[in-house]
Amino acid sequence: MTDVLTPVLTDNWGDERAWTLASYAARGGYTALDKALSMTPDAVIAEVKDSGLRGRGGAGFPTGMKWGFIPQDNPKPKYLVVNADESEPGTCKDIPLMMASPHTLVEGVIISSYAIRANKAFIYIRGEVLHVIRRVQRAVEEAYAAGHLGTDIHGSGFDLDIVVHAGAGAYICGEETALLEGLEGRRGQPRLRPPFPAVAGLYASPTVINNVESIASVPSIIGHGQQWFASMGTEKSKGFGIFSLSGHVQTPGQYEAPLGITLRTLIDLAGGVREGHELKFWTPGGSSTPLLTAEHLDMPLDFEGVGAAGSMLGTRALQIFDDTTCVVRATLRWTEFYKHESCGKCTPCREGTWWLVQTLTALEKGQGTEADLDLLLDQCDNILGRSFCALADGAVSPIMSSIKYFRDEYVAHLTEGGCPFDPARSTAWAGQEVTA
Amino acid sequence: MTVSTPSTGSTGGSAEMDRTDLVTLTIDGVQVSVAKDTLVIRAAEQVGVQIPRFCDHPLLAPVGACRQCLVDIPDAGNGRGFPKPQASCTLPVAEGMVVNTQATSEVADKAQQGIMEFLLINHPLDCPVCDKGGECPLQNQAMSNGRGESRFSAGGGLKRTYPKPINISAQVLLDRERCVLCARCTRFSEQIAGDPFIALIERGALQQVGIYEREPFDSYFSGNTIQICPVGALTSADYRFRSRPFDLVSTPGVAEHDSCGAAIRIDHRRGRVMRRLAGNDPEVNEEWISDKDRFAFHYATEPDRLGYPQIREDGELRPASWPEAFAVAARGLQAAGATGVLTGGRVTAEDAYAYSKFARVSLGTNDVDFRSRPLSAEEAAFLAAEVVLRSEVTYADLESAGTVVLAGLEPEDEAATIFLRLRKATMHGTTRVVAIAPYATRGLTKMSGHLLRTAPGDEAAALEALVEHAEHGVDSTAVILVGERLATAPGALSAAVTLARRTGARLAWVPRRAGDRGAVETGCLPNLLPGGRPVADPAARVDAAAEWGVDHLPDAVGRDADQIVAALVSGELGGLVVGGVDPDDTSDPAATRAAIAAASFVVALELRETDVTRAADVVFPVAPVADKAGTFVTWEGRPRPFDAVFSSPSSLPDLRILAGIAEELAALGHGSPLGFRTVVEARAEMEQIGPWDGERASLDGLETAPHTPSTTGHALAAWKLLVDNGTMQDGDKAYRATGRFPVARVSAATYDAHGATLTLTGDRGSVTLPAEVADLADDVVWVPANSGGRGVLADLASPGSRITVTGGNA
Repeated sequence: MTDVLTPVLTDNWGDERAWTLASYAARGGYTALDKALSMTPDAVIAEVKDSGLRGRGGAGFPTGMKWGFIPQDNPKPKYLVVNADESEPGTCKDIPLMMASPHTLVEGVIISSYAIRANKAFIYIRGEVLHVIRRVQRAVEEAYAAGHLGTDIHGSGFDLDIVVHAGAGAYICGEETALLEGLEGRRGQPRLRPPFPAVAGLYASPTVINNVESIASVPSIIGHGQQWFASMGTEKSKGFGIFSLSGHVQTPGQYEAPLGITLRTLIDLAGGVREGHELKFWTPGGSSTPLLTAEHLDMPLDFEGVGAAGSMLGTRALQIFDDTTCVVRATLRWTEFYKHESCGKCTPCREGTWWLVQTLTALEKGQGTEADLDLLLDQCDNILGRSFCALADGAVSPIMSSIKYFRDEYVAHLTEGGCPFDPARSTAWAGQEVTA
Repeated sequence: MTVSTPSTGSTGGSAEMDRTDLVTLTIDGVQVSVAKDTLVIRAAEQVGVQIPRFCDHPLLAPVGACRQCLVDIPDAGNGRGFPKPQASCTLPVAEGMVVNTQATSEVADKAQQGIMEFLLINHPLDCPVCDKGGECPLQNQAMSNGRGESRFSAGGGLKRTYPKPINISAQVLLDRERCVLCARCTRFSEQIAGDPFIALIERGALQQVGIYEREPFDSYFSGNTIQICPVGALTSADYRFRSRPFDLVSTPGVAEHDSCGAAIRIDHRRGRVMRRLAGNDPEVNEEWISDKDRFAFHYATEPDRLGYPQIREDGELRPASWPEAFAVAARGLQAAGATGVLTGGRVTAEDAYAYSKFARVSLGTNDVDFRSRPLSAEEAAFLAAEVVLRSEVTYADLESAGTVVLAGLEPEDEAATIFLRLRKATMHGTTRVVAIAPYATRGLTKMSGHLLRTAPGDEAAALEALVEHAEHGVDSTAVILVGERLATAPGALSAAVTLARRTGARLAWVPRRAGDRGAVETGCLPNLLPGGRPVADPAARVDAAAEWGVDHLPDAVGRDADQIVAALVSGELGGLVVGGVDPDDTSDPAATRAAIAAASFVVALELRETDVTRAADVVFPVAPVADKAGTFVTWEGRPRPFDAVFSSPSSLPDLRILAGIAEELAALGHGSPLGFRTVVEARAEMEQIGPWDGERASLDGLETAPHTPSTTGHALAAWKLLVDNGTMQDGDKAYRATGRFPVARVSAATYDAHGATLTLTGDRGSVTLPAEVADLADDVVWVPANSGGRGVLADLASPGSRITVTGGNA
């Protein structure tokens, strides 16, 4: 069963002190860098392009193509920015990666910067994960000391400096232009596009912004060749990815597998759904992707497969909810999150999430009528696709999809005058309560 | 005559659109061609469709924040449509684009209705007590593009509330719960004024406009944010809760505080000005005015406003009828003999014309001067040769100039509209500002300007040096703006002329007061007759005499203001006709006061009671600008006519009073009547007399006083801040509280030597001020000219002279 997994990024996570340079180098770390430096930058871009690597931050934009957008005739400096502001509810892959093997990321940053001719790279890490920030800072220090960073790297004449930047606690800064604003020292709010970051990003200079996992995948692609990478996954979703399973499964955690694996397989790998319960609903890519149900268990988890089911692969954040969970309650909690994290720039997101929480709160308490469900859907319709960035689209996803699959459960709240579920039963300690 | 139309050739810009730059698209089924890069929201206006909007403002960079202007784009011009409605305020047009607005698209209409509903959920329903009610874009567009009933309130929705209101400056108040977070105010402050003292803080629905707690919104342009706020979130302490928009009558006007001629709108109710707003004049002030133009209008209704003529009897002033006062003034002037005329710089062109003619035909003298401030003979020659009748530079030219040289001019303080235009030009990156000034002011920094550090008095040398320094870019695309303060720098105005001639750069003179340029054009100078006719030119005198129907005009060049003062003290002059002159503004305040005391007969024309009226023999109240029609001529030479806001039979313009005195004098056999009694008649006569088409006065052969720099002590640099103790800013404490705190600026070395409190001692007294370090030369001190006491001229010394600096309180 375990042979369906393809541990590449996660392969060394169990090693003794895997986060150190010594441990990473012992496994052949930084040899891909030598290979890359022996190639021309354009050849590195072509290799990544041919591998079919698509952005691992959620949108799935082809990474090599994004690099190719950088205008090389622009006299301004070019920048690589790594989006390590992993904040999506349910997503837990970049932070464990940086925690366990920060050098994988650092090596990826050096190769990627070389490819796009950037001499300065930034790693923007979510500010709350202090331990991870320190690991990455230390890894960068080690890389400098070992000559992997700084001037004339490995005698190639290529110079690179890496800045590790800690975010200040805003979900919106995972949006790439808001991240750039934050990096420049401003309030994290998304920028108007065009100009796109590839043309005028950080400090109005050409900038590539990639997810941690995308960049961390680059050394293996260069090391093993694009054909090795492209041999995994499905036709349009090549390669492997980290699937983070959380919630009501026996063994939650990160499972690295080729794209196109099914949730059924993953749940089996995770030891099945919680004992005595059945899968009720799940998110394929974090709370911003429309939730799915047991009928989607055999759907291939690649960009196309999940898209065809009306959701998105997103960050492969598989949150598993079993039959003890009230979908209205879960949706309200997510919506409260989006209300809290809305940056306030545009009206539909700022005001819409404010209102959605109030409407959902009333519904959870069994207040209102079935007409309020239609009002809720109409609010979502007035938000979806009307906002400045995608945050609000994510905010309405759980609401619209939960009503689509579980309208009866919403109605039950109204007919029963409140939530028919016992929230304690969905907790991790359910059944272990001690009565006084 | 005098008030010529600016040259049209150099305005450039939007005149003829090249056909190839046009983009054709279809909006709501109507084909329209617009300039490329036009935003869809404005293209829609061309076909008569008003797309609702809040954050959009044509003079601010697009932001796309409010999402109110969503439209459906079934074809972006490439055959493919946008799957989602697009914000028309951020989307440029494309050839072949198809746009369906709320007028034809249900999708667009629903999207807009949805946004409007969201905007209203957290907006209070306090329109009945809100100042904006009745002129509120939110109110109006909620009616046109929203639903009548609130689904949010019907469902028991809970609005976000805040304690009301907070002061973000002494003048500007913020009601946060009304704010729709369109960011117009913050973008204006950052993009236009360069004063980012307000910013959006917090996030989500709690996002709000805020200030840094120790730095209030003390921008010279803060009032504009109130005007462009699309809701009632920003109000002024001055106007808040004072009236309802639908009770107001609006009259267009022209700002009277500087020579910029900003268009304003005067809103009044039952004979009282309630507020003033910026008018929209793309050629002059666009849509912005300074806070001075907006808030400083209460001076006209202060309790010391003069209401009736007064004559001195047994040493005391007593009320008099108009005819009596005219007669007493005429008899007194006749008895006084030789009389000088000081008009002040605040008069309209029509009033200035009356003063000019009154001096010549009634009093038979050329002893007339509008300059109630430090002046020089060089300046008078410069005005006659290089300023009058010339209109070489316009606001638009400032934007197209490669380099703008500022000399003796601090635009942010002295000509705020110029400042905004220059900042716009420098922000576009096409224009570079070079300032000949004692230090890099905040205004210069905001224009990313280059400082040529120059001590007071050394301006001539600095201007001369510019010819040689190609790196400053003074060539035929450059504009040189010289301020009135250059009059006190020997040789500087001549040097500016030489610089312009040698480089081909265009030159313009920027005075501080609204009436200055009009007074030049109408001949309120000892060496100029109306229409630029040189006094020294017999042909010009004959021409003017013929127009005026008099036998001859006085042929000797008259005394300037300083000489009039001296002649009054020495007894060479006996009489004085004085308009809006504050002795403390003049070159030598003590001498001016002594002159008024020494004069055997003083006729004062004033708005309010002053030291001058208290000393005068006959006092005539004059109409403030709101009570009369008139014309201000801008620094460009652009006439800015305006109508009276109010008609008050007891409030007469200066020209009517001068006409009355002239008629009485004529009856006594002294001179001729003016021949007009109203503004309309004066304008007609000015039109009739026209500009001089003969040879102009020339600067050649002018001897300038040699500049002998002293090396003792510190040189005094000073100018007036925009917000200061000027009497036309009286009556609004909140406005005045937004002014900059008066400090003495010194070099770091001087600061280190003397400490944080400085006592400055000059030949007229001492002042003590807190010190602040700036990039001044070590032997130069800058102080605000009228921000404390009676001003530097009266209390300290003449700018340019040397003073002593000591530490602490002397």
